[in-house]
Amino acid sequence: MDASSPSLLSLMSFSQDGWGARFVEGLVVTVQVSVAAYAVSLIFGLLGASAKLSPYRSLRIIADGYTTLVRALPELLLLLLVFYSGADAIKFFLSFLGDDYADIEIDPFAAAVGALGFIGGAYMTEVMRGAIQSIPLGQIEAAKACGMSPLLRVRRVILPQMLRFALPGMSNLWLNATKDSSLISVLGSFQDILFMGYRAASTTKHYSFFYTMTALFFLVLTLVSMAIIRLIEARVNRGYK
Amino acid sequence: MDESVAFFLSIFPRLLAALPLTLALTAISGAVGNALAVPVALARLSPNPFLWIPSAIYILLMRGTPLLVQTYLIYYGLGEVLPGSFIQQTFLWEYLKDGFWYAVFAFSLNTAGYTGEILRGAMSAVPKGEIEAAKAYGMSKSLILWRVTLPRAIQICLPAMSGETILLLKATSLASLITVWDVMGTSRQIQKESYRIYEPLLAAGVIYIVTVFILTRLLNFVERRINQHRAAPVSA
Repeated sequence: MDASSPSLLSLMSFSQDGWGARFVEGLVVTVQVSVAAYAVSLIFGLLGASAKLSPYRSLRIIADGYTTLVRALPELLLLLLVFYSGADAIKFFLSFLGDDYADIEIDPFAAAVGALGFIGGAYMTEVMRGAIQSIPLGQIEAAKACGMSPLLRVRRVILPQMLRFALPGMSNLWLNATKDSSLISVLGSFQDILFMGYRAASTTKHYSFFYTMTALFFLVLTLVSMAIIRLIEARVNRGYK
Repeated sequence: MDESVAFFLSIFPRLLAALPLTLALTAISGAVGNALAVPVALARLSPNPFLWIPSAIYILLMRGTPLLVQTYLIYYGLGEVLPGSFIQQTFLWEYLKDGFWYAVFAFSLNTAGYTGEILRGAMSAVPKGEIEAAKAYGMSKSLILWRVTLPRAIQICLPAMSGETILLLKATSLASLITVWDVMGTSRQIQKESYRIYEPLLAAGVIYIVTVFILTRLLNFVERRINQHRAAPVSA
């Protein structure tokens, strides 16, 4: 810290024009994007895991291709690819419904969330597949013997039972989702924490200070997440002490 | 459509020319990061709070913040501090004008955190009896570490470490954001020159997929060689 800037911390003030307030706004955007992307990845994960465990070969091939390709590509490349092509693909399909839909605007937030969720979903697929396979077969057979329909079996036996096995992997993926969300700053249309850090640093030229602040905000997000995860784990495993 | 395919094919030579840079980033950061992981893991396992607390904080910082933020902090942060310091007079300055070495620095520190945590788990999983046997032979602490604990721990965590290496290869694409012209950076450069969005990204994607596939095979081969003695016996 050089003497010419008496108080760097005053730059980080939480008043109207302080960077602190804008960092908090950025934190809100980061959390929104992470939560939404995580929810999408849960859907992709459940679909992927069901496809991987399905008796139909074609579904298994599609799911294998999905997880293999997504996990072999850099997240940044995938984000750019899905962010731009996702909107075009949706427009392409909508154009069949009529010309009214041809020039529909895809919300950038939805596109980014979809892209991040699509990426996270491939990792989620593997976590859920493993968890479903860890459920003792006897329990599923027992549910069948009780006459439960497949959907009821999923709801009453598979989902609650797999949660315990899936939780460590799912917690990890949540932490990854918060960190991967920082990539959206590259797209230029989101004011997440990293974007705010970038702007603050390049405006004030206090690069090391503001990037340290950015890292601290992410660290707080991680620590709070870890505390919540610990509570959830204790609750889910309450029958197994 | 034909024209798009022709363009897609025509940019491969340029992207492939950038592949050595991506591989160099991966190899150097991987080597330095894995080497640094050993002291990180040792410190983490030490009963001395002056060693294990800093190590635990280091691991938390590396794993708890995005790699992109770490990369920016090192690239822009050092870029703010270094000019005018004594470093400018040394031979190092020649290297520090380039984003490449900042990227290597950031990726190495990050890898040290992630692999350090993996190695810590593996070191505590080394069977006690083996270390006791080494003690019974009268080996010194450092000899036990060098001959027993470390080789055994590496054997144990080899699959996790090769997974980390693949993740590192993919993470090197972030270097493109600090002006390193690796495969990802070159593809974005082509995007800007040609005003085409998909072809450069798809072509770079193909290169990454093939590279990851080859690297996975290579790492599996190394894993099998190192753990040869533990493989199931060939049945007749």
